[in-house]
Amino acid sequence: MKSAVVVFPASNCDRDAAVAIEQTTGKKPAMVWHADTELPDVDFVVLPGGFAHGDYLRCGAMAAHSAIMRDIKAKAEKGLAVLGICNGFQVLTEAGMLPGALMRNAGLKFVCRAVGIEVQESQSVFSRKYENGQQISFPVANGIGNYFADEETLDRLEGEGRVVFRYAEGDNPNGSVRNIAGILNEKRNVLGLMPHPERVCDPLLGGTDGRILFESLFESLS
Amino acid sequence: MKARVFITLKNGVLDPQGKAIGHALNNLGFHAVGEVRQGKLIDLELAERDEAKARARLKDMCEKLLANTVIEKYEIEFSP
Repeated sequence: MKSAVVVFPASNCDRDAAVAIEQTTGKKPAMVWHADTELPDVDFVVLPGGFAHGDYLRCGAMAAHSAIMRDIKAKAEKGLAVLGICNGFQVLTEAGMLPGALMRNAGLKFVCRAVGIEVQESQSVFSRKYENGQQISFPVANGIGNYFADEETLDRLEGEGRVVFRYAEGDNPNGSVRNIAGILNEKRNVLGLMPHPERVCDPLLGGTDGRILFESLFESLS
Repeated sequence: MKARVFITLKNGVLDPQGKAIGHALNNLGFHAVGEVRQGKLIDLELAERDEAKARARLKDMCEKLLANTVIEKYEIEFSP
């Protein structure tokens, strides 16, 4: 499986994502600068966490219009697997590749802790090695992670099995509507989530629940 | 031509920042304050002199970048 990690100005989880990918797949991803116009030939790309462009205007708003995103958008339409983590999720919603928006946390505070997550949907290249209903834990680290979409969109996401991860009941860190932590696009090849699977891929870091996500991708795309 | 764009959250979208501002005002003794909603203001200078054309351009800018129309609405105002 060939992969890439996009680096925006002020991305800060790009190297964590690269290490997680290398540890699970045995192959280093290409690191791609946001101003590059073309992705190398890869099966999978990560938009990492961070504060691209200093979160100016809105989180992800500038990054969504960067040169590399035009190519990623075009390739995603042809089936490229795209994983947006935290700031990467914000970029995907701003780019119109996923529905809804991320808003300021309901409690107004930046929340940085491990949260309980329930896997809702194992029918995707990102989640096939999880089981439906599996209880896992990923860390969150966000101030603008409060997922919002109108009722019609939410009903559709749920009806089409596109809510992959939900915060465990009572452990929603940011007020996200219907406890949504991660969603798929219609074609199921683009996943955005606020929690950080790449931070729990090594027992030394407190858990390995995130490895399963990268292993799912490896199994699906190799 | 100078333009001013106001960007605010759509009705029905929760505004935790607005709520916090309202709460702080109450704490300062401003008890007659009801609901508070906050937003952004962007001033732009445009080469365009025709107001209708400028408005169309600004609308396009708002839809593409300045506002996130999933959660925000915008208003455009001109000053000479």
